[in-house]
Amino acid sequence: MSSKALSHVRICDFTGQLAGAGATRTLAAFGAEVIRVEDPVRQGRWDILRGTGPFKDDRRGIEYSGSFNNTNVEKKGITLNLRTERGRELLSELVKVSDVVSENFAAGVMERLGFGYEALKAIKPDIIYVSNCGFGHTGPYRKWKTWGPIVQAVSGLTFTSGLPDEPPAGWGYSYMDHTGGYYMTIAILMALVHKSRTGEGQWVDMSCTEAGASLNGPAVLDFTVNGRKLRRPGSPNSNRNEWPAMAPHGIYPSRGDDRWIAIACRSDDEWAKLAGLIDRDWSRAPHLAELAGRRDHEDELDALVASFTRLHEEFDLAERIRKLGIPATAVQRPGERIDGDPNTSAWGLWPTVEHSAMGEVRVDGLPVHLSKTDWSIERGAPCLGEHNDEVLGGLLGVSASELEALRDEGVI
Amino acid sequence: MIEPAPAALAGLRVVELAHERIAFAGKLLADMGACVIVVEPPRGAAGRWLPPFVNDEVDPERSLNWWHYNTSKLGVTLDIDDERGRDALRKLVATADFFIESEDPGRLAALSLAPGDLEEVKPDLITISMTPFGSSGPRCDEPATDLTILAGGGPAWMCGYDDHTLPPVRGGGNQGYHTGCHFAVMSGLTALLVRDATGVGQHIDVNMHAAANVTTEAGSYAWLVSGDTMQRQTGRHASSGATMESQIQCRDGRYANTGVPPRQPKEFAAVAGWVRALGLEEEFPEVFLLEMGGQREFIDLTMIGKDEEVTAIFGAGRDAMNLIASKLPAYEFFAQGQERGIPLGVIYSPEEVMSDPHFEDRGFPVVVDHEELGEVVYPGAPYKFGETPWRIQRRAPRLGEHNAVVLRDLGLDEREIADLAGTAPGTEPAAR
Repeated sequence: MSSKALSHVRICDFTGQLAGAGATRTLAAFGAEVIRVEDPVRQGRWDILRGTGPFKDDRRGIEYSGSFNNTNVEKKGITLNLRTERGRELLSELVKVSDVVSENFAAGVMERLGFGYEALKAIKPDIIYVSNCGFGHTGPYRKWKTWGPIVQAVSGLTFTSGLPDEPPAGWGYSYMDHTGGYYMTIAILMALVHKSRTGEGQWVDMSCTEAGASLNGPAVLDFTVNGRKLRRPGSPNSNRNEWPAMAPHGIYPSRGDDRWIAIACRSDDEWAKLAGLIDRDWSRAPHLAELAGRRDHEDELDALVASFTRLHEEFDLAERIRKLGIPATAVQRPGERIDGDPNTSAWGLWPTVEHSAMGEVRVDGLPVHLSKTDWSIERGAPCLGEHNDEVLGGLLGVSASELEALRDEGVI
Repeated sequence: MIEPAPAALAGLRVVELAHERIAFAGKLLADMGACVIVVEPPRGAAGRWLPPFVNDEVDPERSLNWWHYNTSKLGVTLDIDDERGRDALRKLVATADFFIESEDPGRLAALSLAPGDLEEVKPDLITISMTPFGSSGPRCDEPATDLTILAGGGPAWMCGYDDHTLPPVRGGGNQGYHTGCHFAVMSGLTALLVRDATGVGQHIDVNMHAAANVTTEAGSYAWLVSGDTMQRQTGRHASSGATMESQIQCRDGRYANTGVPPRQPKEFAAVAGWVRALGLEEEFPEVFLLEMGGQREFIDLTMIGKDEEVTAIFGAGRDAMNLIASKLPAYEFFAQGQERGIPLGVIYSPEEVMSDPHFEDRGFPVVVDHEELGEVVYPGAPYKFGETPWRIQRRAPRLGEHNAVVLRDLGLDEREIADLAGTAPGTEPAAR
């Protein structure tokens, strides 16, 4: 098949940051024509990733951001000053030929720009409009603002990551920017499926905190059915496993500074094998032979397992444990999993893109392969207005002389 | 009776081979209207023996884990280790659009149920295989769990505490499985749009370890771009250099996330107003610094540590937030701050989210009818579709609940159906 999976889909994209731009990134990798619309007056800096690190070399500025590049691969970029009448007209023209309008502004911003759902629908009756903000467009918190860590806090995900008698550890990155983006991608695709069958568009109002709160199902049901709260003494301990119970199950120190190994013993049989490998008197103790005993003495068990693991190098030990059929792994650092792990390299997980200003840069790939219409990521993120001529001229038919004038007038 | 609203995935038929790793993908499709048929062995899927259980009674019909991950699905039992069961599965797949599974690599091929085999019974079928390391490749046969996927795939390295004698932390809730399932659904729907346009089906290989790897934000791209290794910190983003704390204990002992500290003039003005509203100006005489910040046109953050006044204003903003938090319960801190335009977050436990007024107002807690227990409250929609709303169609299926209706449609008679059901439901525990 020659064309890419979504080459028939065009997205008029106002998203930024990871929570929004991450969503249209996946669609672009599958071939959708994603056209980023940015504000020429603020040089696209509404998206805080424009201009922030990491940087490949000494060059700084809005065209050199490694994070912006990673999040916007394979997209096109245009500039439109929506404070001007011609800017708004051109946006309307773009909406007319788009399938989807996507954004992750605070609730109400598109409305204020004059492009809320009703206005979009008046321009293009079957438009799909997907908005993604912290609390959605209705409800008492609709005007409140969030970042990824705040979404994680309010949705229960920060709380569920941590060790007993310590504050929440939370997530050391914006898990819900990634995952909110995934839900946004799913929402766009589901709305496209519905449209392809019925011809009908719609508005999907995403509240990222709701998306996050939907990821704690069993814990929520344990409360609504059994009345058991996760906020109770000794809970949570997210390196252990309750559902199903496993022991030993955790992240243990290995030899060296800040080196760790994760081990998950799924059964008494696996424990017997691991106990044989450990080969100490304690590992053969009868009170640890069965799961119930190991759970009753889990603090003691973890301390003993740690006393063994800290004598060993974690990659080597993990391999010896896996050879027994027991899940184990080094807690891999970025360099180890990116440049030293045969699974990610054989997968082609780190493609190199060509960015117009930065040159060649490696980026995240996709963890899927489709047998007939696979993804591809070759082009870096667009520079500000990089595709003005192609999109405004080629797609919307604005003449070269008018484009020149629009530049002079600050419309683009 | 009011007709339910149309569903986005109405008419889509999915056969899911029960496995705890893939169950969430089936739920995402089923709650949007797809007809998802989960196929279990006659003794029941392992997922039915996952705690927690209703009243802690271990029973394959009382697993809350099963309940949550299998809403809106139909359930049938087939023994695919028996040729008659495999025949019936092929007949079932012939009626489907998707076949989704998470068996260990090689198992289905050995049973002649590999994607290529199934394509013969349904040429435009979309098959999704989700495995810890992909269905082939150098690590595909390694054992794995959610813990080892998140520990080997990058997320755990990023999470934990400032004190690095404490281990890295795996976030709770089987998020490694969830991330894999998100990619399974994104790519499956993409393939569906391709099939809508071209009539062609295909196979999708989902690699959970790879999914974790590309879900670490700067963890990956800082290394890829500049060779930097992020280091974990308590309750905030991992960083190549230490950053300020952003998680704070409030008066009630609970925690809140203070987000990004005040940086803009209007934010300093807002914090100053908050200090005064709480009557804290005597305890916090530096409120004048906040007001100076509020009156500035612009605050150049790059001057922190260089310009005395900017440094003092910035420090006062942080100190004021800490002081206010020490005076208020976490929820009040969150709500008052947000009302004043300062992005903050209360750190809720999962159960606390369910009674938050905003979540209640938007209808996030939803009620599902369980005949024997009455109404049970579940977490609701991750997105609000205007025309085709998310909806739990029904509670998770009991073991073999839909054998008669689903298998009869395949042309099987009562005796064949009874024969296939094999062992009576739930008479012996499933092997784990």
